[in-house]
Amino acid sequence: MISEDNEVVEFVEKLIEIDRLGAEQIFNAVREQRNMSQTVDHLILPALERIGQGWEDGSIALAQVYMSSRICEELMTLIPFPEPPAQAQHTEHARMAIAVLDDYHLLGKIIVSSCLRASGYTFYDYGRVTAQELANKIQEDSIDIILISALMFRSALQIKELKRLLDQAGSLTHIVVGGAPFRFDSLLWQEVGADAVGTNATEAVAIITSYMKQRSQT
Amino acid sequence: MTNTNGQQGATMTSMERVLTTLGHQEPDRVPLFLLVTMHGAKELGLSIQEYFSKAEYVVEGQLRLREKYQHDCLNPFFYAAMETEAFGAETIWFKDGPPNSGSLIIRSEKDIRTLQVPEIEDSCLNKVLDAIRSLKKVAKDEVPILGVVLSPFSLPVMQMGFAAYIELMYEQPKLFHQLIEVNQEFCVRWANAQVQAGATAICYFDPLTSPSMTAPGVHLETGFRIAKETLTQIESPTAVHLASGRTLSIVENVIATGTAVLGISAMEDLAEVKAVCRNRITMLGNLNGIEMCRWTPQQAEEKVKEAIKKAGAGGGFILSDNHGEIPWQVSDEILLAISEAAHQWGKYPIRDL
Repeated sequence: MISEDNEVVEFVEKLIEIDRLGAEQIFNAVREQRNMSQTVDHLILPALERIGQGWEDGSIALAQVYMSSRICEELMTLIPFPEPPAQAQHTEHARMAIAVLDDYHLLGKIIVSSCLRASGYTFYDYGRVTAQELANKIQEDSIDIILISALMFRSALQIKELKRLLDQAGSLTHIVVGGAPFRFDSLLWQEVGADAVGTNATEAVAIITSYMKQRSQT
Repeated sequence: MTNTNGQQGATMTSMERVLTTLGHQEPDRVPLFLLVTMHGAKELGLSIQEYFSKAEYVVEGQLRLREKYQHDCLNPFFYAAMETEAFGAETIWFKDGPPNSGSLIIRSEKDIRTLQVPEIEDSCLNKVLDAIRSLKKVAKDEVPILGVVLSPFSLPVMQMGFAAYIELMYEQPKLFHQLIEVNQEFCVRWANAQVQAGATAICYFDPLTSPSMTAPGVHLETGFRIAKETLTQIESPTAVHLASGRTLSIVENVIATGTAVLGISAMEDLAEVKAVCRNRITMLGNLNGIEMCRWTPQQAEEKVKEAIKKAGAGGGFILSDNHGEIPWQVSDEILLAISEAAHQWGKYPIRDL
């Protein structure tokens, strides 16, 4: 039997080579020995985290990040029906949504969505909306955490307007942002009034996990 | 002293300055390319959409911007989505940023199989050619006029969406190559139409060939093969710009394409890149266009000094932003501060900064 760390290393290799069958074999081997929640915690999440780090240090390209997250998302759909999704308990505590603000570049949102689904989270996907539409949806659906992905700088700046509208409505919704403008300006997330920034998709998942823990303790 | 190029204290025209630095010699000062596009609309008191509706607005905007900032090029680039607009896509306009390509022209395999190269002169692109022709009459051979094309390898992001394109690249190589063939023919025709209209050089925007975007097996084997094939068919000098993507690991590949200039990312250290590029390829960059929005004039001056100190010596360096287009939100005050600092601290020989 190969060690847990080797499993993750091999799984990452298969993912970034876009070797679906190879990744599926490792996934299935781990699933035979562990339940779904353990498979997510010990294989999927560490693999996506390594890939996120690789994207950060420049050793892994965005196209590989995207394809890896899609493969992980697909693998999660192979789980037999009766088994509940891993970490589904989190959704009982907080309501989440993801969106882009007036931006026609959707790749970041798709990657984060895939990573969230692969990690067992459920959430609303609002697609492309204006700041006013998003503020309304957040209120209607009582959203606790809103994730916003931006590629265009002007789209990132729309978050200021969303924050103003949410403050005006007395909303305490937690705003988590990510995307290219925030990578090029490390202070921009604060300037637009966000509560947190994720520099890659797995960081976004980590922020949510941490937020969920804090919520469950209060 | 004012020379024929209208710049105070200059001993060279902008063209002489740029050609000298491209020859890896030191001109009178570091050339400055302030790649302003939408700012022309502010100058003319027009909305961005209105500004780009007529070639004469862009011509007037570019001339006013060059007069104001005393920089070394004319940049009649309209907006990236114009290329997909020529293929039949809708363009979505915003009041405070560049337009996006709103509708996807490729939604199925059939759309790729039936994709046709648009006629340049009969499309919206003709406005750009008109602008270049008018600018050429004014600039003559004293100021470089930059033409711009999106690479055949990067254009599909706007034609079909990034996610679908990545999947096509990995899963349907035959169809991928069919799309690239159409785009390549379009790219070469579009570039050469700009050259014939009077563009001095063509900037080949290719974010997908950056190691930040596609894996080594893709950007080294596919992106650079396409770049080399395409660039050799363009009838003018070229610059390769990865639009903020990292370049250090692929400098040798870029040099092998035969291009003269490489755009450098703000995420890279200019001195480190200069060590590889010196006397081989001219560097363009790398002021951070996003951070620029909240710089003070003092910070702008410091950033310019730092860039010149790291990359200026020996020529082969054009000071610019890192992305190839300065955001609408960057104020005149900061652009003036950048220009003044470039003129003050960029004089050769470079002083101890």
